[in-house]
Amino acid sequence: MRGEGRGRSSSEGRGGRGGDKKDDKKRTLFRRRKVCKFCADKIDDINYKDVKLLGPFVPERGKILPRRISGTCATHQRKLQTAIKRARQLALIPYVTE
Amino acid sequence: MSQIRQYELIYIVASDATEQQIADLHTQVAEITGRYSGTIDKTENWGRRKLAYEIGPHKEGTYVLEVITGTGELMKEIDRRLRVSDQVIRHLTVRVDEEHRIIERTRTLRKEDSQRRRVARGLPPERQPGEGPQRTDDDDDRFGVDADDAI
Repeated sequence: MRGEGRGRSSSEGRGGRGGDKKDDKKRTLFRRRKVCKFCADKIDDINYKDVKLLGPFVPERGKILPRRISGTCATHQRKLQTAIKRARQLALIPYVTE
Repeated sequence: MSQIRQYELIYIVASDATEQQIADLHTQVAEITGRYSGTIDKTENWGRRKLAYEIGPHKEGTYVLEVITGTGELMKEIDRRLRVSDQVIRHLTVRVDEEHRIIERTRTLRKEDSQRRRVARGLPPERQPGEGPQRTDDDDDRFGVDADDAI
């Protein structure tokens, strides 16, 4: 019992418990740690003028990158959303790209 | 009596407008601001930029940013004027004072918090150079996209 359930990903892995050590390890490597960029870097100001900051959250197609992929926290995703929409109005970021 | 607030105004001037016309627009804005007893705190000309999408016939435009302190009526009047103007292809007004205040507050709160915690741990309140883990760009794996998360 002692050592079990410590590492987050190893305990919730889909593979059977025990024996499948190899599989667990592979999963741990595969799963990336997701942290809100704005919390981690302590960026308070998500500004629509800062296209460089918004860039990574607007993939080629022009859609806003969902939270489930970027790992941004709810507060910052909301701010990001307003900023991206404002930047779009000013033609700094495209609405759509074909 | 309406309240004095701070606003950010950005307008895009058509690329075929001359320097003189851009300057004229600025003086127009300044003139209206003066009439409504507001102040222009900052003016920034971003120069000519490519638009992310075409607006009518325009592919490029000159961006001008003005930070204005004044009443809502003042901004309404500027908005009306810019709407009428032929050279301005797009403009946007955003109220910024409240946001600035919130940002300022979170910054000071965080700083005070970190200083208090550092002092409690018996460290000097400010972070010393070379202290703490040094992170390089290579082991920053936070923003990769997971295969099973992708659509």
